[in-house]
Amino acid sequence: MQAALSVEKLTKKFGEFTAVNGVSFDVEDGKFFSILGPSGCGKTTLLRMIAGFYEPTEGLIRIRDEDMTAVEPNKRPVNLVFQHLALFPMMNVYENIAFGLKRRRESDSRIKEKVGSILERVGLPEHSKKKIDQLSGGQKQRIAIARCLVLEPSVLLLDEPLGALDAKLREHMKIELKKLQSMVGTTFVYITHDQSEAMVMSDHVAVMNAGQFEQIGTPQDLYHNPNSSFVAQFVGNNNKLPVKVHKDEGGAFLARYLDGKDYQVDGTPDLSEGDEYDMFIRPEAVLINPSTSQSIPNTMNCDVKAILFDGGNSQLLVIPEGADQELIVTLPQNKQFDDIKAKDTIRIGWNPGTAVCFPKTELKIYDEA
Amino acid sequence: MTKRSARKIRWSFFVFFVPVFLWLFLMIVMPQIELLRMSFVGTDFYGESGFTLGHYAAFFTEPIYWLTFVRTAGYALLVTFVVLLIALPVSFFITKVADLKVTGFLMVLILVPFWVSELVRVYGWMILLRESGVLNKLLVALGILKQPVEMLYNDVTMVMGLVYTTMLFMIVPIVSVMESLDDSFIEAAHDLGAKKLTIWRTIIIPYCMPGIMSGSIIVFMLVLGSYLTPNLMGGKNSIWFTEQIYNQMIIYFNWNQGAAFGFLLLLLSSILIWVALKITGQDWRKVIK
Ligand SMILES: Nc1ncnc2c1ncn2[C@@H]1O[C@H](COP(=O)(O)OP(=O)(O)O)[C@@H](O)[C@H]1O
Ligand SMILES: [Mg+2]
Repeated sequence: MQAALSVEKLTKKFGEFTAVNGVSFDVEDGKFFSILGPSGCGKTTLLRMIAGFYEPTEGLIRIRDEDMTAVEPNKRPVNLVFQHLALFPMMNVYENIAFGLKRRRESDSRIKEKVGSILERVGLPEHSKKKIDQLSGGQKQRIAIARCLVLEPSVLLLDEPLGALDAKLREHMKIELKKLQSMVGTTFVYITHDQSEAMVMSDHVAVMNAGQFEQIGTPQDLYHNPNSSFVAQFVGNNNKLPVKVHKDEGGAFLARYLDGKDYQVDGTPDLSEGDEYDMFIRPEAVLINPSTSQSIPNTMNCDVKAILFDGGNSQLLVIPEGADQELIVTLPQNKQFDDIKAKDTIRIGWNPGTAVCFPKTELKIYDEA
Repeated sequence: MTKRSARKIRWSFFVFFVPVFLWLFLMIVMPQIELLRMSFVGTDFYGESGFTLGHYAAFFTEPIYWLTFVRTAGYALLVTFVVLLIALPVSFFITKVADLKVTGFLMVLILVPFWVSELVRVYGWMILLRESGVLNKLLVALGILKQPVEMLYNDVTMVMGLVYTTMLFMIVPIVSVMESLDDSFIEAAHDLGAKKLTIWRTIIIPYCMPGIMSGSIIVFMLVLGSYLTPNLMGGKNSIWFTEQIYNQMIIYFNWNQGAAFGFLLLLLSSILIWVALKITGQDWRKVIK
């Protein structure tokens, strides 16, 4: 498949500070590609280089195999949906969408036709005469995207376009956007700090940290096989257990946790004996009161500190016996565990294959969402 | 709200309102009413004074009068336009290009000339530009000019002087609007395929229109009503409308005619501004803000 966008060793320095550091990736035609990273990791800077607003310090950007180095933003076959949308307040919806077509000197009748059909596509056919400030947040969103899509760009760039919406609408727009993308078939490059947005919508996700890409993969890939501590913490939820690794008589690795007990690990191949690691276990991989017939090798007793009821996302906050750490355990709402109360003691267990270990880091993840 | 606090508010209202009202009434409204009355009073052949529209009629029947007004208004328009043409890029530089420290400095630079009275400023220009002035000496010394030329007393110099003295009143309202113009509007337009000039035409100028209109109105009125600069720097055979008023009142001692001219100036300039607002489709309430 042809690459709609291809980025090679892209670097941007602001004075001494390196905002984007040697980033390379390809986006296939028609795919939804997301760049996921915490605030300040350089996402906007990367996107602005692709759109042409920043000149890369080093590296190459190619769109449909054409080098973009000397191409001005108004001549690039990409369009950017701005973080705050930047819909022109002095124009109505129609004029906003027609803006780019007018710059291409298309005939009035063609413009009318195209604007009409794109408004249809984003589901706002009756809104062409509306003023921008008469639109709701979600409608503004769709108009901003329509304004770019009407130009049929090779790549549509989106800079956290859902950031300003309230939570319910954001959930809704996530799905809308995904549907819109598969309908129009335009290549989307979407940046966000919200891992759930990235996971739900994307074909591929690149996880970015401090100006660099940590990992590129499908959402499932990132979730199941993170290749760094950062990705394990940033994608999905995770419990981080500090452990020390040693070998048993048979040569298999064991992880000694704060409670002094050993747990089997087999998810991570290249461990070295005696080193400190962080072991990651997803809350949803933890089983509550596993029956002996399930033959779960790793179990521990915990005190229930609190029940965090949130419908389908309910969780237990537990403290393992002999350890001074809070763990999060998913609490399925299938009536099976309704008798669990705070201060109870329960048993939890997990399969060694669901846990991964990475060398210990002091890394702090902050997620504003 | 209790009765007591309502009364308190009324009290404070009067404390502030009465002096302002008195000042407005005594110093501005009263003299205007008196001038308005005078403009309608004429003395007939027998020395009897009575109501007349003759002073107003004189403006339209004597070409020298209305031609002076047309000339003055024409120059005021020209000056407004030149000021706008300079103020737009300057405001853009101040708000969007220069960094914060430079911005403050630039604003001070624009303000400084207004710490000096207009008279002193105009004399300063005269020292610079007259035949035996600084600029002539310099140009002759450099060999660019063979002999000094008179740079004063022509309309180009006068327009430049008026542009200089009114620049601030255009820049301040435009800067205050332009500051609120989100940079991403400009970038979005660029991203959607617009060239620099198109961005000015379709984004920046429409966005700044309220500031442009209020600046233009102020500059236009200031130029129309200015007296010192056109008279001291302007050409000998051209006369400003304010000079007509001055001549009527002070030289011919015809206060009635002068008062009529004064009101005509007010009326005609208001009509011009109203027309300009209509043409550009601006709402005067927004412009005043
Ligand atoms: N024009 C600039 N000049 C200097 N530093 C900048 C500039 N733009 C961004 N930065 C810095 O680069 C880093 C990355 O910024 P940005 O790309 O906006 O991050 P993100 O979009 O991921 O939140 C930040 O630390 C920011 O302060
Ligand atoms: Mg950003």
